[in-house]
Amino acid sequence: MGAALIWFKLFWSFFKIGLFGFGGGYGMISLIQNEVVEKQAWISNSEFTDIVAVSQMTPGPIGINSATYVGFKAIENAGMTRTQAVLGSLLASFSVMLPSFIIMLLISAFFMRYQNHPSVRTVLAWLRPVVVGMLAAAVLLLLNEENLGSFKTDKLQFYVSIALFASAFAVTYVWRVNPIKVILLSGLFGGLFYSLLPA
Amino acid sequence: MLLALFTTFFKIGLFTIGGGYAMIPLIEREVVERKGWISKEEFLNLMAIAQSAPGVFAVNISIFIGYRMRKTVGSIFCATGTVLPSIIIILAIAMFAGNYRENPVVENVFKGIRPAVIALILTPTIRLASGAGFDHWTWLAALVVAMLIWRVGISPIWIIFVTIVCAVLFYIIKFRRE
Repeated sequence: MGAALIWFKLFWSFFKIGLFGFGGGYGMISLIQNEVVEKQAWISNSEFTDIVAVSQMTPGPIGINSATYVGFKAIENAGMTRTQAVLGSLLASFSVMLPSFIIMLLISAFFMRYQNHPSVRTVLAWLRPVVVGMLAAAVLLLLNEENLGSFKTDKLQFYVSIALFASAFAVTYVWRVNPIKVILLSGLFGGLFYSLLPA
Repeated sequence: MLLALFTTFFKIGLFTIGGGYAMIPLIEREVVERKGWISKEEFLNLMAIAQSAPGVFAVNISIFIGYRMRKTVGSIFCATGTVLPSIIIILAIAMFAGNYRENPVVENVFKGIRPAVIALILTPTIRLASGAGFDHWTWLAALVVAMLIWRVGISPIWIIFVTIVCAVLFYIIKFRRE
């Protein structure tokens, strides 16, 4: 009974997280923490901090990354096999996507049908500057110490980051360089430059 | 077509580093510019929708584009493609590399990537706004929204919600007059 219960709980917890997780990955993190660390105690607080850090340092949406990781750890910490832990991570990732999948399908169907109705067109025209403002705010919020380095304690990293930011913008905006190339090159640069730097 | 949807979103998922917004430059490049599956205007509409719906922003975008191309089956292929790289990589880390985060070279690589990714989000923001034919007033509205989120700390969802209500009221009043 106990064994079957954890699978259901894993599904239900991540289904709820997917349903109430508004506003992108960062909004979801506090929900996951509340459900997985506080309520279910599947993983410890420090394990959770590690998961968030790993999620930010690996490709993919943070919500999916943390669901995959927590699903694995929850089953592993419950004393089951690694194969079962892999199933746990698949179940958690599937469950976190399910609510938004259903809702997005309904919205998409509605949108396809009524997108040319004058009322919908009015709403969309009003929303366009909001979306652009929302993206601009994301850029401004991301330009912080955590991403650029501190101007006070590490001037070198700060100036290098500003140079990387400016050149990445220039090459993608003016010369339309592929973003994937920019990610690979800036990663290569960071790996070489900071590793070869004398301490 | 289904395979193209899957591989395109697999590639996008693989290079989405640092949260959902990091996916926007990749989608703009692959889906809007290169493949021409959706227009710039549609992409802006879609972001408002994806942001207002619950769940993972990046996955929501891929579900919509999949649906737009090939209905429900298309959205399943797109969503799977988007999340598969993360699931594989996170599983590999959870199973084999617990100390990945403490590796100094990995940390250095990300010191280089993080500032670049922010610039990558800025580029499509400006390009999408110019493509949608923004005038002075629309730019001003965008600036006000950016300040409300950045300085005042209002959630984008609330701003989207209030904008929808205002737009509907505006439409009803205008419609009655005509």
